[in-house]
Amino acid sequence: MTINDRAPFLEMRDITKSFPGVRALDGVSFELRRGEVHALVGENGAGKSTLMKILGGVYPHGTYGGEIVIEGVEQKFTGVRDAEATGIAVIFQELSLVKEMTVGENIFLGREPRRFGVVRWDELYRRATELLEGLRLRVDPRTPVRTLGIGQQQLVEIAKALSQDARILVLDEPTAALTGAEVETLFRILEDLRTRGVGMIYISHKLEEVFRIADRITVLRDGRTVGTNATKEWTEGTVIARMVGREVGDIFPTVEHERGEVAFEVRNVSVEDPNVAGKRLVDNVSFKVRRGEVLGIAGLMGAGRSDLLMAVFGAHAGRTSGEILIEGRRVAIKSPRDAIHYGLGFVTEDRKRFGLVLDQTILNNMTLAGLKKLSGRFVTDTDAEASAGAHAMKELRVKANSVFTVAGTLSGGNQQKVVLAKWLLTNPRVLFLDEPTRGIDVGAKQEIYAQINRLASEGLAIVLVSSELPEVLGLSDRVLVLHEGKLTGEFTRAEATPESVMACATGHTRRAA
Amino acid sequence: MNDSANEPVVERPPVVADVAPSPADAEVVKQTRIGGLKIPTDGLRAYTMLGALLVIWLVFHYATDQIFLSPRNFSNLMRQASVTGVLAVGMLMVIVAGQIDLSVGSLVGLAGGAAAIMQGWYGWGLAPSLAAGIAVGVCIGALHGTLTAYLNIPAFIVTLGGLLAWRGVILGWSKGETIPIGVAGFKMIGQDYVAPVVGWALAGVAVAALAWTTIRRGQARGRYGLGASKPLTTALRIIIPALVIIAFVWMMNSYEIAPGRFAGIPIPVFILLAVALAGAFLTQNTTFGRYLYAIGGNPDAARLSGISLRKHILAVFCLMGALSGVAAIILTARVGSGSPDAGVLLELDAIAACVIGGTSLMGGRGTVFGAILGALIMASLDNGMSLKNVEPYTQQIVKGAILVAAVGLDMAGRRRG
Repeated sequence: MTINDRAPFLEMRDITKSFPGVRALDGVSFELRRGEVHALVGENGAGKSTLMKILGGVYPHGTYGGEIVIEGVEQKFTGVRDAEATGIAVIFQELSLVKEMTVGENIFLGREPRRFGVVRWDELYRRATELLEGLRLRVDPRTPVRTLGIGQQQLVEIAKALSQDARILVLDEPTAALTGAEVETLFRILEDLRTRGVGMIYISHKLEEVFRIADRITVLRDGRTVGTNATKEWTEGTVIARMVGREVGDIFPTVEHERGEVAFEVRNVSVEDPNVAGKRLVDNVSFKVRRGEVLGIAGLMGAGRSDLLMAVFGAHAGRTSGEILIEGRRVAIKSPRDAIHYGLGFVTEDRKRFGLVLDQTILNNMTLAGLKKLSGRFVTDTDAEASAGAHAMKELRVKANSVFTVAGTLSGGNQQKVVLAKWLLTNPRVLFLDEPTRGIDVGAKQEIYAQINRLASEGLAIVLVSSELPEVLGLSDRVLVLHEGKLTGEFTRAEATPESVMACATGHTRRAA
Repeated sequence: MNDSANEPVVERPPVVADVAPSPADAEVVKQTRIGGLKIPTDGLRAYTMLGALLVIWLVFHYATDQIFLSPRNFSNLMRQASVTGVLAVGMLMVIVAGQIDLSVGSLVGLAGGAAAIMQGWYGWGLAPSLAAGIAVGVCIGALHGTLTAYLNIPAFIVTLGGLLAWRGVILGWSKGETIPIGVAGFKMIGQDYVAPVVGWALAGVAVAALAWTTIRRGQARGRYGLGASKPLTTALRIIIPALVIIAFVWMMNSYEIAPGRFAGIPIPVFILLAVALAGAFLTQNTTFGRYLYAIGGNPDAARLSGISLRKHILAVFCLMGALSGVAAIILTARVGSGSPDAGVLLELDAIAACVIGGTSLMGGRGTVFGAILGALIMASLDNGMSLKNVEPYTQQIVKGAILVAAVGLDMAGRRRG
């Protein structure tokens, strides 16, 4: 029954991949047998997605070091199509279905059964029905994908992969958007596939699921394999220890901040997913921040950290409930404008998408949020603006010719400093920082850390969200942990250890006294 | 930790060690090198457009036995450019904010028709008739803005609907008739001139203002830590535009309408200059203008910076409507009557002027100066080809080809820059 020969079906040997300034993978080896579910776990940025993009042909042969061997034959994929033809199907977190097309059309997109160039619709839907029945999915292949829930869409993706005779199936966080019942359906399908001899690579932050479904677990950390073993040889504790087991370097100047009165408080904030009815991205979260305090919020991807900040700032598309108090006074924040009015600043994640107008100058970007305060309500005062901009540029050490340099030409670190300056020029009392050092080099990171400590010492209340655990632990006076939208832990600086925080981030609950 | 002993474990130093500092830390303003000269790329684009305009003028001048740049024809050319120019200033702001307005041609027809009907059928005076024309523009602009910003209907659809509907309204209202302009003073707006002496006075004021702002900006550069400009550069920055201003007024004033009677700046051209100056000020020196660029350049970043997208989009459509009203009045006055098919296809001229002038249809990029240059290029092609008796169909083909070529060149330049 179970086709589970011991010889590896897929081997990835000594894989190395560098991006400008960063080595994402450093000699990773990974293997997969037929009919095996092999889980790949690690912190955000450990290199899991990069490894899977190499396997899926997103990064073609020649752009990485090492070799991919399937059934003893070295593979040199030139692109995604090539990898697919070899039987590798990758289902990324971002689904790649065409929402306006039917389930059947999506399954056979680009490979429609044809006669003389004319699509044979009956044949297409007959085969789609067969496939869906094989997966025991009760979905009419003629329904448009947009009418399905995210969970069913995910299953359609799997049907699509199987229609291409996938022998290796990669699932990247497949349960992130699924309900409990849908997870069960998914697992049932994975069991089926296991008996059919399909090798599966399962990437997930949810250790409970990993331990349920996986035959083997490999842990990646900082672009290296730090452990591979059969699931029964692992415990959640050992997996977590491997995931975080790195020393926190001394790039974090330990500064005890002088904490003042409570500057900012949220009570019972919940945010609904605007795309999935009934799903809560943030579930009943409350916290306080004092003047001069850095409050870190840890959690894995999709835990709802950014959603929480966006919602409090009045910028979330989903329905939001809860109370916000600034210096003890209840305020209603319905838009970012209100938030800025009450003294909140928000260095958003993804500076290119949310932070900067890339075509505009450093100066115009720096003064965007605080323009009316800085420079008059209608007619701008170029002198006042430029001197404020030049001052901020000097203070934050933005490296550029002048304040009139176009923001899009700057390096990531300097762009991030421009976004920080934009918010400091609004004179905030509370500053949110969402992934303030993502994708920037170490020198710039250290400068940002120094700024965070300086701002806290000047009495600003700071909320810091970061996927880099050392960063959260190194800078925060207190750490909150979110898991699937819920607060699962709260630690003081002394209590917070990488292991304890990661345990909460993967679903264990802990309450500080 | 009860780790099994047989697993391969590789320890390594913290991730910090193998991240090299990014080499691209100190960046410079985008520049293009021509010989030994370094010119900011944006400036280069403006010079290229000016150069193209000059080449077009010189080619037509010699192709028409030196009629094209004669005072008389130049004065006409400028007057012809004024309607498109006024619309282009409004369209520029609409496009910079990431929107589009396809209805301005029909709106010009309706607003001009309204003004003509008020004075012709209801005996309204000059000022109320003009106000009616502009009010029609503003109200319809407000409607377009509301539908776009508050009901989330794409501007393309809203104004495509407007293109059809407003033309229908004026056809029905006027019963297809042309309404002659009778009220005193109306036609002067389109046909008369500013006295030559006033033109010279304005040129004097303009040169003085130019000198003052340039010197002041030069001093400010020092304060921003840019290093003060060299005196020679400052002098050239004043002298060259000053010469252009003087040449322009001289040209306008030397058109001899009757023996011994000199024209001066045509009133429509005067209105265009005023609108362009106001537009340039609004886009460059007010929070409103700066927010338009931010909204068009990155709506998410603008919203998160506390800017109300809706209010600004509504306002920009109102402005476009008001300027459509102004353009309608100039056109009606110049022709001497309100005609239900006035202004057909003007929206395309206005959009083309913006695009030729370097405005990005994706939003966030473009200048009033560029849009005016674009309008001048369009008007010059019309005027020059008509002088040469080029068939109308050929004119259309040439204008279409030039529009596409201008954007093609611009895109090629951007890729290199």
